[in-house]
Amino acid sequence: MARDGVLRLNDITKRFGKLIANDAVSLTLHRGEVVALLGENGAGKTTLMNILFGQYTADQGAVEVFGQTLPPGNPRAALDAGVGMVHQHFTLAGNMTVQENITLGVQPLFSLRSGTQTARKRIVELSERFQLKVNPDARVGSLTVGERQRVEILKALYRDVKILILDEPTAVLTPQETEDLFATLRQAIANGLSIIFISHKLHEVMAISDRVVVLRHGKLVGEVNTKDTDPKAMSAMMMGTSATPPDIVPAQPGGVLLQLDRVSTADIGNAPGLKSISLALKAGQITGLAGVSGNGQAALADLVGGMQAPDAGTLTVNGDTPTSWTPREAVAKGIARIPEDRHKTGTIADFDLTENAILERYNSSDFSASGWLNWRSARDYANGIIEKYDVRCPGADTRIRLLSGGNMQKLILGRVLEAGPQIILANQPVRGLDIGAVNYVHSQLLAARDAGAAVLLISEDLDEIITLSDVIHVISEGRLSPGFTRGEMTPPELGIWMAGHGFEEAAVAS
Amino acid sequence: MDIIDILLSASFWAAAIRIASPLIFATLGELICERAGVLNLGIEGIMVAGAFAGWMAVYSGTGLWTGVAVAMAVGMLFGLLHSTLTVPFGLSQHVVGLGVTLLATSATYYAYRLALPEVTSPPKIEAFQPYRIPGLADIPLIGPALFNQTPLTYAAFALVLIVSFTLYRTPLGLAVRAAGENPSAVAAQGLSVTGIRMGAVIIGSGFMAVGGAFLTMSAFDSFFFEMVNGRGWICIALVVFGAWRPGKALLGAILFAAFDALQIRVQQTSLGAAVPYQIFLMMPYVLSIVALVLVSRRAEVPAALMVPFNKGER
Repeated sequence: MARDGVLRLNDITKRFGKLIANDAVSLTLHRGEVVALLGENGAGKTTLMNILFGQYTADQGAVEVFGQTLPPGNPRAALDAGVGMVHQHFTLAGNMTVQENITLGVQPLFSLRSGTQTARKRIVELSERFQLKVNPDARVGSLTVGERQRVEILKALYRDVKILILDEPTAVLTPQETEDLFATLRQAIANGLSIIFISHKLHEVMAISDRVVVLRHGKLVGEVNTKDTDPKAMSAMMMGTSATPPDIVPAQPGGVLLQLDRVSTADIGNAPGLKSISLALKAGQITGLAGVSGNGQAALADLVGGMQAPDAGTLTVNGDTPTSWTPREAVAKGIARIPEDRHKTGTIADFDLTENAILERYNSSDFSASGWLNWRSARDYANGIIEKYDVRCPGADTRIRLLSGGNMQKLILGRVLEAGPQIILANQPVRGLDIGAVNYVHSQLLAARDAGAAVLLISEDLDEIITLSDVIHVISEGRLSPGFTRGEMTPPELGIWMAGHGFEEAAVAS
Repeated sequence: MDIIDILLSASFWAAAIRIASPLIFATLGELICERAGVLNLGIEGIMVAGAFAGWMAVYSGTGLWTGVAVAMAVGMLFGLLHSTLTVPFGLSQHVVGLGVTLLATSATYYAYRLALPEVTSPPKIEAFQPYRIPGLADIPLIGPALFNQTPLTYAAFALVLIVSFTLYRTPLGLAVRAAGENPSAVAAQGLSVTGIRMGAVIIGSGFMAVGGAFLTMSAFDSFFFEMVNGRGWICIALVVFGAWRPGKALLGAILFAAFDALQIRVQQTSLGAAVPYQIFLMMPYVLSIVALVLVSRRAEVPAALMVPFNKGER
């Protein structure tokens, strides 16, 4: 197949201190092609794309777009040459409208004309052509994640880009939204765009890409046509070994460690509270919570984690009904938490690994005595976690902001498990992680279960819930389904509950 | 004389508009800085420097408008200093701002003594005179209040429109607002966050200095050390009061000025004889705080205000 290369990366090398993020990577993108860029966290995918987009300057090598070499370190030049990028962390201003976000920086700054009407027409026209439904006047802050991503893509299309880079676009999307995104991308290809698609999700790579390029430790280790490969071969290339999901032995459930009896909490804004739910977490068992995002998962997680006390009903931990229910009380009761958002609530970005490791227990006798912190034992503790849980980092005194998502999650996991918890609240524990890290987190949760912990697993990924959970509850609009044991329900049957059916009947029956 | 009578008199509103004018300039200046994401606490000192520079220029023989331009240029220089330290270097905006205020104030005293080593009382200049706008000035109450002011006051009101138009109707304003909301959005669209923020701080500081110059060139005709007297800090509050919007900030400035004009007049009523005058002096500030509490709770702060932008940081 002799097609024109629209984009060529020649021998790109980028070092951050001692770390070589990209080691002489070369890549060609052809017109009308989707290239999937695969690799584990920290393999250098995002760095490579940031160089291509001009946000980083490469130490060596050059980027060629339509035969022209781009000046390094200049996003404007990349945009002008027709390269658009949808970043993993969206670059949108929440207080401004969709249209303002899209038109920002497109016109000459010192023009007196806003061109609002023309811009609006063009946005509407583009959103129809590419099936990106979004209201130009909506405040971006009020949009769902899926809608925000549509705005990001529109931003690029508005500039008439010919090459679109998508950095893990599906990490935050529901399966339905992912389907919509793929429809848009196919439309874009039909309109002559070329796409670089970064993802961890191998079945998505199979579904959308023509060619797969694999990075490992900053080096390009493989390049195949998608039709000639399969997920197993791809993961082997990514990791250098083949990934095996953990074996699961049948659970040995013990006594009830945490019991909720007809607990209700208030709605918070658009997020539903809990509506008289009853739930028992047993030792040695993983209880999975399935449901469409935003149906009360946050309320349940906040309740179990001690961020929210029940407004009605009783919460019993270890046979004891606490009078005040706070995060500190929850930690004291042996509840360990893997928070949903590791950046916002899981860690403090500018604290180092040691400080983050002892965040929940800094005042325990392990790390402090008569009001003084014992840094030596804190550091030893952090180093222990780094070693045991294979947290890749320059050292315990690194600011955690500099770690990749997977390594950050490993530190949180270590922090959770080392405390020897009785109850583990795992809220989206593998969101945005690559397969290696996913398997690792899952095997650790299973090991904790087998050691006698009660695990509450909250996930929007139904496959994950079905694979790991011994008991599955479905949550919908704050209501909780009865528990279904492993294998009792097929995914479509659970899907019916997730869509909100069956709750009234179940409530009558109980 | 009753408070009602005061509120219905044209001279009271004329005074309120006059007192509001320097606040309008400086509040707009601060608003521009903050909209771009930079808190400029240099405002108090920059106003002092502007008050001195404009007056000194006119005293040295330039025209009045040239004096305004000199004041603006001096303000922009301090804005350049402030923004160089806070934007590319990312230093603490609080510390830099207070530092600029101290530096600008002391540098002004120094320059004053250097220029006028011998004088005991500062010389007067030929200041801006009120200009009656024919026709409009004849409207009852509003006419004498609004349309018999100095050209610099008219400029202040015009500036509200210009700043508002620029912020909401031009690509430049969009970029400035975006820089204060999410600088990475600006960078991802190929614009320079550093350039936009520095530009906003420099222009904003220029307006602050013009606000100061109003005091020596329009409200009064001479320069005193204690002239600015905390007006800069009031402007910081007015930006919050105005929810970072030029129109509302204008209202806030007029409201504060009206309180100020009112307290002077109330001191001369029978009420004023019964109550210590310090209570009246306090009144505009107390009422401002009350108004601030009532109004600003739902205001949307620029999301990236005081957040430095480091290119390439995760």
